[in-house]
Formats: sequence, C-alpha cells, structure tokens
Amino acid sequence: MFFDRTSSIVVIALFACAVAGYFIPDWIMNQLMFGFARALAVLGLLVLWRTGLISFGHAFYFGLGAYTVALLDINLGVSDVFLRLVGAVLVSGVIGWIVGFVLRNYRDIFFAMLSLALSMVLYGIIVKTEALGSTDGFSISAPTFFGFAPDGKYPLFVFICVVCAICAVAVQMYLNSTLGWMTTAIRDNEVRVEYLGLSVANAVHVKYVLSAVLAGAAGCLMAMALGQVDPDSMVNWTASGELVFITILSGPGSVIAPFIGSVVFELLRTYAFEWAPHAWQLIVGGTLLTIILFLPGGVWSVIEKVVGKKS
Amino acid sequence: METFITNLLNGLQYSSYLVIVSVGLTIIFGVMKILNVAHGSFYAWGAYTSAFFIGKFSDMGWPDAFGFVIIFASAIAVGLVLGFIIERGLLRFMYGRDEVVIILATFGLFLVLEDVILLVFGVDPYFAYQPMAYLESVEVGGITRDVYGLSLILVSTLVAAGCWYGLNRTKWGNILKAVIFDREMSVSMGINVPMVYTVTFIGGTALGALGGAYIAPTVSVAPGLGGEVIVLSFAVVVIGGMGSIPGALIGSILIGLLRAISVHEFPQIELFVIFAVMAVVLVFRPEGLFAPAKVRKI
Amino acid sequence: MTDSSPILKVEGLEKTFGAVVAASNINIDVQPGEIIGIIGANGAGKTTFVNMVTGYLTPSAGSIQFEGREMIGLPPRKVTQAGISRSFQVSQVFSTMTVEENILTALAIASNTGLGALRQMMRPELVSKCNDVLERYQIAQHRDHTAGTLSQGVRKLLDIAMAVISKPRILLLDEPTSGISVEEKFDLMDIVMTPLREDNVTVLFIEHDMEIVERYVSRVIAFYQGEIICDESPTEALADPKVQEYVIGTSHPHAKKGA
Repeated sequence: MFFDRTSSIVVIALFACAVAGYFIPDWIMNQLMFGFARALAVLGLLVLWRTGLISFGHAFYFGLGAYTVALLDINLGVSDVFLRLVGAVLVSGVIGWIVGFVLRNYRDIFFAMLSLALSMVLYGIIVKTEALGSTDGFSISAPTFFGFAPDGKYPLFVFICVVCAICAVAVQMYLNSTLGWMTTAIRDNEVRVEYLGLSVANAVHVKYVLSAVLAGAAGCLMAMALGQVDPDSMVNWTASGELVFITILSGPGSVIAPFIGSVVFELLRTYAFEWAPHAWQLIVGGTLLTIILFLPGGVWSVIEKVVGKKS
Repeated sequence: METFITNLLNGLQYSSYLVIVSVGLTIIFGVMKILNVAHGSFYAWGAYTSAFFIGKFSDMGWPDAFGFVIIFASAIAVGLVLGFIIERGLLRFMYGRDEVVIILATFGLFLVLEDVILLVFGVDPYFAYQPMAYLESVEVGGITRDVYGLSLILVSTLVAAGCWYGLNRTKWGNILKAVIFDREMSVSMGINVPMVYTVTFIGGTALGALGGAYIAPTVSVAPGLGGEVIVLSFAVVVIGGMGSIPGALIGSILIGLLRAISVHEFPQIELFVIFAVMAVVLVFRPEGLFAPAKVRKI
Repeated sequence: MTDSSPILKVEGLEKTFGAVVAASNINIDVQPGEIIGIIGANGAGKTTFVNMVTGYLTPSAGSIQFEGREMIGLPPRKVTQAGISRSFQVSQVFSTMTVEENILTALAIASNTGLGALRQMMRPELVSKCNDVLERYQIAQHRDHTAGTLSQGVRKLLDIAMAVISKPRILLLDEPTSGISVEEKFDLMDIVMTPLREDNVTVLFIEHDMEIVERYVSRVIAFYQGEIICDESPTEALADPKVQEYVIGTSHPHAKKGA
C-alpha cells in the first residue's frame, strides 16, 4: 500500500523514458533532461504548496545546488555524478535546515518575501564575486560515473531519470505518511493541529528542508545537463518565478504533475522562442494568467479528467 | 567632504526615484492587498512612452522644455490606459483569491507587458536627453551636478507630500483609509469599493509610470528596465512596511543611501546589502518598520 | 472532597494586557474526576483563564500545576501531550476535510511518536478506531460530509470528539452549547459527558446556561471582572447574591452571544 499506484506509475514512466532516451533524437532527450531536472525543484515547491506556502525564492536552493557542482568541479576537480549530487544535497539541506528555523514561523506573503530576499542576497553575492564566476558563471566539465567518462549525454539522462524516480517515490511516501498528511491539516487549521499535540513549526521545518534538498538536487542535475551555471538563469528572482510558474502550470494534484508540467514548460518556452523570439515571454505569461484564471488545478487536473472519464 | 556630498546626492537621487515607484506599489497593496509584480512594467512603460514622445516632439522642432509636459502626460496616460484595462479586465476577476496567487498573476502580467513593450517600441534603445540638456548643470559644494537629477528630488518630495496630504487631509483620503481598515464595513457604509479599487490602481500605476518617465532622460531606455526596479521596490516596501506611505519613504531613503554608499565605496556588496537589509527586517520585524496598525483577529 | 491531592492547582494567577487586568488572584484546586462549571458574564475572564491553562496565553504571574508539574511556559501542544485538552468557543475543525478525516487526523497525532510520523497515514487500525469515535459521538452519519458544511451542533461534537482523542485527564470545554438550540443542548451534553464520566475525566466547562450548569456539574466557579467571586456547589452558588447580581443578572439563561 505504501508503495502505491502513483509511485508505480512514476517508476514505470521514468524507466520507459530512460529506455526511450537511447532511441530518440538528441534534442528531444535534451528537452526531457532539462524538464526532469527542473521538475525536482518544482516537486519541492509542490510539497510547500500543500501547506499553502509559496516560495518566491526557491532559486536560492536551485542555485546552491548548481553552484556546489561548479565549485566542486573547478576547485577540487570533482566530476563524479554521485559525489556532485551528494555535495549539492548536503549543502542545500544544511542551509535549508538552518534557514528553516526562521522560515518555519512565516506564512503567506511574508514567507514569499523572505524567501525572495534570501535568494536575492545569494544572487547579489554571486554577481559581485569573481571567485564565484560573477555574472558569467562557469562551464562545468562533463560528468563521470565511478571513474568512467562515457561519450554523449545519454548516461547522464539515465542518471537523471533514476534520481527523479527515487525522489518522486520518496515524496509520494512522505505525502502518504502521517507527517505528510499533517501538511494539509496545517494549511486548514494550525490552531487545531497545535492543540491536538503536534508541533506545527517542526512539521513545516521538515517540509522546508525536504523542498530545499529537492531544489538543490534539481540545481545539481540542471548544471550538469547544461554543462554550465550562471546567476541570471539559476539564482535571480526570475528563475524563482519560473519555478513557481511551472508549479502552477503542473498543479498540486500529484507528484507526477511536476514532471509533465516541466516538460510542457520546456517545450512551450523552446517553441515560443523559436516562433516568436520577441514574444515568448508574452506567450509564457499569457499561459500563466490563463491557468490561474481558468485552470486552478493545472495541467494535472486536465489529465485527471481525461483518465477519470476512461475508467 | 566631496565624496560625502557625492554619495549623499547620488543616494538622495536614487531614493527619489524609488520613492515615486514604491509609493505607487505600497498604495496598491494597502488598499487592494495586491503585491503587484507588474508594477515594474508600469515603470518601463512610463519610461518608453516618455522617451518615445520626447524624441518625436523634439524631431518636430518643439522646445526641449516641452519634455517636462510629456513626462507627466505619459505617466497619466499610462496610468489611465494600462491601469484601467488591467484592473477592470483582469484583476477584477482575481479578488478573493489567495494573496500569493494574485502575486503570481501579476508576475504573468509582468511577462506579458515586457514583451508588449518590445512589440510596440522595438528592441532598440531610446535616448531622450532633451529635458536633461535643457536644465544644464550647477555646482554644489564644489561638485558639478546636473539640475535634472536634483529636480528628481523635488518631484519625489512633491509626490510624497501630495500622497500624504491626499490621504490625511481630504475626503478621498478618508474613504481610502476606511477601505484599507475594513473593506466589508466600507461596503456596508455605502462606499463604492470597486470604484475605489479602480481609481487606486490607476493612481498607483501612474506613479509607477512617473518614476520611469522621469528617469527616462537620464538613462538609455532599453529592454529589461522593469525587472530590476521591481525587486528593489519590493525591498523598499517590505522594509518600510507593506501598505505604509511613510514606510515607503523611509525605506527608499535607506535603500537609496545604502546603495549610493556601497556603489561608491564597496561596489562588490551593492545588491547584497539591499536584500540583506530586507531579510534582516523581515526576520526581526516582519510587519516592516512602519507597518500600519493591524486589526487583531482573536 | 479535599482528601486526595489536586490534579490541577492554580495559584495567584494573573493576566494583564497593558493596563487592562483580564484576570487577577485566581486560586483553584481541582480534584480528580470533578466536573466544574465556570460561569460569568462576557468579558469576566473565563476564556482568558482557559487560554492560560492550555498554554495559549502566558500569565503575568502565578502558577498552574497539573499533577504536580508546572504548566506555565509550555506551548499548547506540550500541554495537550501532558494531558490537558480543550474545545473552543468557535469550533476549531479542519473545515476542508471530511468528518472522518478530521477524526483520523486527531487519531494520527495522538498515536504519533517520533519516527512513527513517517508511518502511513491511512492505516487499518486508525480507521477502526475512527469508527468507534464516530459511533460514540453519534456523528457517523456525517462521516463523509465536509466539516465546513456541518451544522453548529455537529461541528461542536466533532470539535469535542477531537479534543478527547488524546485521552486527556483534564478537559476544558469553552461554551460547548453556545449557538445550539435549547432542545439540542441536553442531547449534546449527554453525548459529551457520558464517556467523560466513564473514563473519570476531570472536566471544566464554561457555560452561560444555568440549567445545564445545575444538571451536570458538581461545583461552580463564578468569574466577575477577572476575579473569582464564588466557588461552591451548584445550589449554593446559584443562590449566592453576588452570583445573582453579577452573573445571572447580566447573562441571560439562553444567551448565545460569544465574547
């Protein structure tokens, strides 16, 4: 029961993608790779959203993850994917844990604004520091796997699929657990939860660290997928806005949603940019407005309806 | 001494432009509870509109001084047109939704407006130096400053004073305060709240646009103008207290001076210091330095 | 009545908000199993007292000892864990969840210890316990209704049912029958009080309706302007001239207004 239907679907679907990646053209694989990497950060935002919290600065952790990879590579020559991932997760997790002591007491607009401030502090530091690559960022060497340095991006794609599957299943288990369930309860009535004998602050803290770790992992995977890091697309407030946008696009309904939403976003952006280079933001922004106004459940609610009708 | 005066004047000038933009943002938040990301676009629209028309009229041989008329006319025009369309056509359907969701909607709007600017005005930068050239320069404490920059301080003082007077000494101000304090109660007292919202939003938009319109002659008006100003004015408004006009004023001066000093003395911490202050204020005084009194719910 | 040691000992309790004195010099000894009615006009300090005992407000002075342990300074959740639970004047339920989910949430928290929080939420043993609770409080027919849509009476029952799930030794009920029609009041009190008496739970409840007070309590504590003006058996208390003047005179027997 604990490993439920949703988890099975995630695992099977990502396995299928990993296999298919071998046969599909590179550009499609790249789109999927960027989409999946970013989806992990969105998954983190989804976890927060279940308690009604929206972070306008989640690029903070996304950036921390990405820059951890870059700094490990440049300063220590670490190219192993596992070491890089562990490093990114540790950094974002520990910083998330520390920051969480403050943010766990914040809600609504204050939570959003303090998150924004933190991410802009990081942005301000990176942009003005030569040792951190300033506005240009860094290129990152190709990842290796236990000393093997395979050609092409396919191995990295498989790795990303595996990490995504593990994270999605873990989040699904968390949401099904007592602690995860309480997140909905906290959104509904904090006073009641507290008087039933549960620490709201602790429950939110756990959730915050989880979302930080997911965003950190996402940043790590994205950095490797792109082969570079830069502050404007990874740490600036617009990057945070993008993540929130995908969360809205995906909908909070399921852990599968972020993966679909991110890939849709990746395609939307690529094609909008190709067809209308001066109007892609218009298309993206228009989509966001349309979803907020007419589709509060996101893309997932459409899928749910279609699948629901069949069965 | 000269460094001090330079820093002070730079800071005050920078504060002035933040004041104009942030007062608009904070009024909209105070009355409508909308933290409007698209405010950055209003700023950019103001800048483009005034730069465009200053250039056009100058080409037609009108005197440089006419630029000042254009600046204020642009701000009012942007406020009336964009403000009205957006409030009536979009935001009206969002009231009652989560505050944070409305922020997202205005983020969507921001993206849309950024590109509409490009579609209307093109990607090439505009230079509207005429009003600045017209006012020439003056010597202050041994430093040559252009008068235009100093006039910004005057304009922002007038804007702040005007807002304060309007809010505290007029009938309109009382109505606004009533709506800010308790929306439901205002409705039952017969105040036309939807109308108040529309007028407030138009006014706030015009202020955002005025900031851009007035700054246009001093910069090259190019894409991406709105993105930077919006996070800065978020910082200002949060530091001062969301919805507070004196707060926006103090916040602007604080940020303006901090930035001027850091740009001059420690350029590497310019951005960092602003948001660090914002974070510190949020941690120790989340309601901001000058938050309006809140009604207790329990 | 005073031979065993008190389960709750309140001494010199005081609360001021700026210049306003909300409670002063409150001394109460509560024996295990007692059922106490707290009466007083609106604003007399009854809810302030409950809020202080349950950790929602920190008293300005005094002490609250529960089973010999000082409670002041503990946050609400620790007070609950220690064994004091409460209901609310305005029912605090999870209004977007169904009645069943509300109870399940309370059960999950009560059975929750450390890493146990990572266990699956919807476990069979929780669901069967939930059925028991729904039966006991006679709200089983509302199982699948969203709590936000319930009638006042059912919502009160749900609120109290959730408060009792943590197996408290003291239960504080803040106006359990406010907003309930006269006919339903006694039914509701019967449903609530029967299991509490069976489990020998000490109950303190705030009540405006003197008929309810007379029928259910063994002792009455009357508040007036933040102080206790009377602490006696129901018959004596209701006959007390001070209570007559300051409590019954100001609060109509069927007053439904919340403070």
